[in-house]
Amino acid sequence: MSEQASQATLGRAVLTEPRLRASVFEGRGLKSRLLTGFTWFLAALAALPLISVIYMLVAKGGARISWETLTALPPAAFEFGGGIGPAIVGTLVMVLIGSLISIPVGILAAIYLAEVAPSSRLAQVARFLAKVLTGFPSILAGVFVYAVLVISMRSYSAIAGGISLAVLMLPTVILTAEEALKQVPQRMKDAAYGMGCTRAQVIGKVTLPTATPGIITGVLLAVAGASGESAPLLFTALFSSYYISGLEGLAEPTASLSILIYNFSGMPYDNQIELAWTASLVLVLMVLALNILARVLGRRKA
Amino acid sequence: MSAVLAIDPTETGEFIAEPYQPEGATVIDCNVERIFYGDFLAVRDSTVPVEKNKITAFIGPSGCGKSTVLRSLNRMNDLIPVFRFQGRVDYHGQDIYAKDVDPVVVRRYIGMVFQQPNPFSMSIYDNVAFGLKLNKFKGDYDEKVQTALERAALWKEVKDKLKNSGLSLSGGQQQRLCIARAIATEPDVLLMDEPCSALDPIATRQVEELMLELRERFTVGLVTHNMQQATRVGDTTAFFSVDISKGGRTGYLVEMGPTQAVFEDPKQDLTKEYVRGEFS
Repeated sequence: MSEQASQATLGRAVLTEPRLRASVFEGRGLKSRLLTGFTWFLAALAALPLISVIYMLVAKGGARISWETLTALPPAAFEFGGGIGPAIVGTLVMVLIGSLISIPVGILAAIYLAEVAPSSRLAQVARFLAKVLTGFPSILAGVFVYAVLVISMRSYSAIAGGISLAVLMLPTVILTAEEALKQVPQRMKDAAYGMGCTRAQVIGKVTLPTATPGIITGVLLAVAGASGESAPLLFTALFSSYYISGLEGLAEPTASLSILIYNFSGMPYDNQIELAWTASLVLVLMVLALNILARVLGRRKA
Repeated sequence: MSAVLAIDPTETGEFIAEPYQPEGATVIDCNVERIFYGDFLAVRDSTVPVEKNKITAFIGPSGCGKSTVLRSLNRMNDLIPVFRFQGRVDYHGQDIYAKDVDPVVVRRYIGMVFQQPNPFSMSIYDNVAFGLKLNKFKGDYDEKVQTALERAALWKEVKDKLKNSGLSLSGGQQQRLCIARAIATEPDVLLMDEPCSALDPIATRQVEELMLELRERFTVGLVTHNMQQATRVGDTTAFFSVDISKGGRTGYLVEMGPTQAVFEDPKQDLTKEYVRGEFS
């Protein structure tokens, strides 16, 4: 090694001592350091909005968090106290309805796209439309369901709200589930065929279980996205000051956190404005919890 | 190239190997006339009998069609949409390419071990029990799983961690797990497509010893790139080569016989050159 080194520098080494020490203000090193610092700054800047929003929500909404606020009915105009109970339940119910529709439909569609006929004409068209639908303005989903369902049912309802959320969740579920299914290695499927599985058995016993962590991630991200939607609910579920009452209640106007925030934040009463802050905090915590759950489940490998 | 010319041409101008007449009973009589991938003629005119309780080794240079022929024996190639098979593969006298045959059922009798270890993303126990559940086995699963793992020479290493994922094992262990999975349902024939090519020498030796033991219960078809492996474990050897004289790359059987005869006293010049290691 030393022999090689001395050979390589032979001739020059004899004339000048090699300078190996780093110099802070030397051109290359300085540029590299500046760029590193710049990217560090921008990364911090990108995290700033989220951190400040959460800080503000905790500061302004945290004070009112209590069992009463989480369960009580919303206050009337000049009332004190009250809470956001119906809105929490409404959001959960409508997201549940959306999930019940979009998850099975989305996963089955993804199986078709990834496994059954990936390069068929139908698959290509469906995949393209799903991608278009991911960028679909959410308010249009609300208008669509309003036109189709609310007008024919003659009432705003939790069902209509849930369906409009399903429209928005569907493309995310389809595309992430398709991606997760495609990640299952072909040799694993070959092994299943080699054991004497039919195609349905290969999908049901090997491909789908292997892809489950990835599918759960996609589903939870879709659920998290839907929980915070407000525009589609404005046209479909509207609002209510009361809890959903039984199954018939699903066909009546329903409260949601996002619409409560929208309504209360515009009111000239401090009590309502405080509750809007608290509702915002609850909503953000719900979405955050789903995101964390998605990461944990997605990381878990069998 | 001179070796290709040295082969006796048949009437059609194409060489066809002399059929090997096995002494013992055969389980599979494979008679390939032509195998196509789309318009591409992959293999032609190859007769390969697979004898009961023996290891039939398929050797030959890359692209000679040995894997294609092996995978035709349990209709694995049916998964490739453009695959077309002309000829017969008689399994206990029944042509598995007959119209009324269900390829899924064929694969339950004729199991397969692949080049890359491919355990399922589930526990070691569930991997081995997979085929049993598939066949709706009613009985003692624990015992069957243990027997299969013992036969695959893996039991001692995994008996305390049957709940761990099959993917947590080393490459050699994974391959033995795949063998255990394949033999748990006691298939009649086990096809092994270069089972050691992804393994290190120690794991390779373990798998080879295993094959010799499995031979007593099962009939084995083995594709191998490694000629020493064929001489170590093969009872009979089928040597395939690839004909590039017409611009295509069509594989065909050159010679088949007892392994010792093929390696020590080959009848064809091409075989002689290949087993001497003059091309590969």
